[in-house]
Amino acid sequence: MTNSEKNRLKDKAFQVFGIFCTFIGLVVLAIFLFDIVIEGVKRIDWDFLTSLPSRRASRAGILTAWVGTLWILVLTTLIAFPLGVAAGVYLEEYGKKNRLSSFLEINIANLAGVPSIIYGLLGLEIFVRQMRLGGSLLAGALTLSLLILPIIIVTTREAIKSVPRSIRDGSFALGASKWQTVWFQVLPASFGGILTGIILALSRAVGEAAPLIVIGALAYVPFTPSSPMDEFTVLPIQIFNWTSRPQEAFLNNAAAAIIVLLIITFMLNGIAVYLRNRQQRKIKW
Amino acid sequence: MRVSEKIIEGLLWLSAVITILITIGIIWVLLSESISFFQVVSLSEFLTEKEWTPLFADKKFGIMPLVAGTLLTTAVAIAVALPIGLTIAIYLNEYAHARMKQIVKPLLEVLATIPTVVYGFFALTVVTPFLQQFIPGMAGFNALSAGIVMGIMIIPMISSLSEDAISAVPRSLREAAYGMGSTRLQTSFGVMVPAASSGIVVSVILAISRAVGETMIVAIAAGQQPRLTLNPLVPIETITTYIVQVSMGDVPRDSLEYKTIFAAGITLFVFTFALNNLSFWIKKKYQEKYD
Repeated sequence: MTNSEKNRLKDKAFQVFGIFCTFIGLVVLAIFLFDIVIEGVKRIDWDFLTSLPSRRASRAGILTAWVGTLWILVLTTLIAFPLGVAAGVYLEEYGKKNRLSSFLEINIANLAGVPSIIYGLLGLEIFVRQMRLGGSLLAGALTLSLLILPIIIVTTREAIKSVPRSIRDGSFALGASKWQTVWFQVLPASFGGILTGIILALSRAVGEAAPLIVIGALAYVPFTPSSPMDEFTVLPIQIFNWTSRPQEAFLNNAAAAIIVLLIITFMLNGIAVYLRNRQQRKIKW
Repeated sequence: MRVSEKIIEGLLWLSAVITILITIGIIWVLLSESISFFQVVSLSEFLTEKEWTPLFADKKFGIMPLVAGTLLTTAVAIAVALPIGLTIAIYLNEYAHARMKQIVKPLLEVLATIPTVVYGFFALTVVTPFLQQFIPGMAGFNALSAGIVMGIMIIPMISSLSEDAISAVPRSLREAAYGMGSTRLQTSFGVMVPAASSGIVVSVILAISRAVGETMIVAIAAGQQPRLTLNPLVPIETITTYIVQVSMGDVPRDSLEYKTIFAAGITLFVFTFALNNLSFWIKKKYQEKYD
């Protein structure tokens, strides 16, 4: 075999290996989803969705967990959305190229890399203890808001950046003030991108268990929360709790709850991808 | 008009500055609680003692077993994710059709969107029983399954960041390699990967940082037994799992046991902070080479 034949053979071999690597992750994902559905689908029915937790696996449901997840989603959105967008607008439209803004930038990149459990410790000390919110929905939502703030800020900045200079110049030429330009031109034009970022951030928040466990969210809550000051549990914590039990029946419950959690996560991501595609198709500056 | 403009700008500024307060808050919380911990336990005991048993009657406060557990699961994860992720990046760049790249990339991203508690379930109920068929004596909780599954989770992180780095290499370099008669494989490993090495290194560092801070997979599948070992087949405990373990239990506030989670937390924070900043530094230092 000549050298070039050998090289071509190696090239082919790597190509096969490349295809193998590309698909192994997807195959594992498929096996996994299949396994979850097989184990969990028989447990999913109306009773499972509307029952309170119970010591008996066959009677336990996820009502408190998904209601808690919904509460957390709404509260986190209310807190993180205005804050993150405002910070993004400031950095992109108002911030001058000085030391503060470059420090802010490094700082936000750093925050994005802080493990979620550290945010839990922050929330435990500041919200649960200093502000005396206890292990409440509000403390949980505040903690998760800080966690997803960097994601929202970064995606907001990117969305605003894609609005061309000429739109701003046109607005200024008509006598609009800086804020009027931002509010009536820049934000509406970049809203699709901002929304995509928020939804992606929320899909991250929905799956988080660690920081909420640290701030004291409970595994067992015998009632559905009715105000932001109530104690709560969420789907990931319920899944964690059931997974930690030795009995097979609880593992089936965990699989069923995972199906519900994955449906929520994939739906949020699907909406985000849809919005992004629509945005890209619609606007051609 | 002027005044309201100023007020709005002030509010926006405040929102941006809150991010600095978050960082200060994190450092302050971790430091203030760990300082009172280190008044009782000396720093040298914390760093050199080989056992971690704050919840037992005979208390020992050596962080090493937790660090070892964390590094062990991280090493397994990177051993899985780096070769697969990098191969995917090269394959998508040099071999695959543009259409395939378009389809595969978002599919791989799905791996990164799945909640980690779900991966933990997978590691415990699917991967461990599967591996136990081939590895007799493997414990039900172990670093290997948790690490492998964590590796699968961070594949898209390495593949997409590395792919960005490789596709940022100027076309002329690639074309020169092909012009010399190189195969795609030779072009990839002889030219593209070296030229994109800083971006690839950054992707790996960020992946390590992610793996070090990962909590739920290891809390579910790796066990809760702090152990100074490199054996991936036995139960261990990571820094993050320990924090979860204490948070789930009834440890009285203001006790020393309670403060240990902040001491563990600051150790974790130092690791990830150093890794993240290393990656920023590399990015800044080496990135503009081709501009």
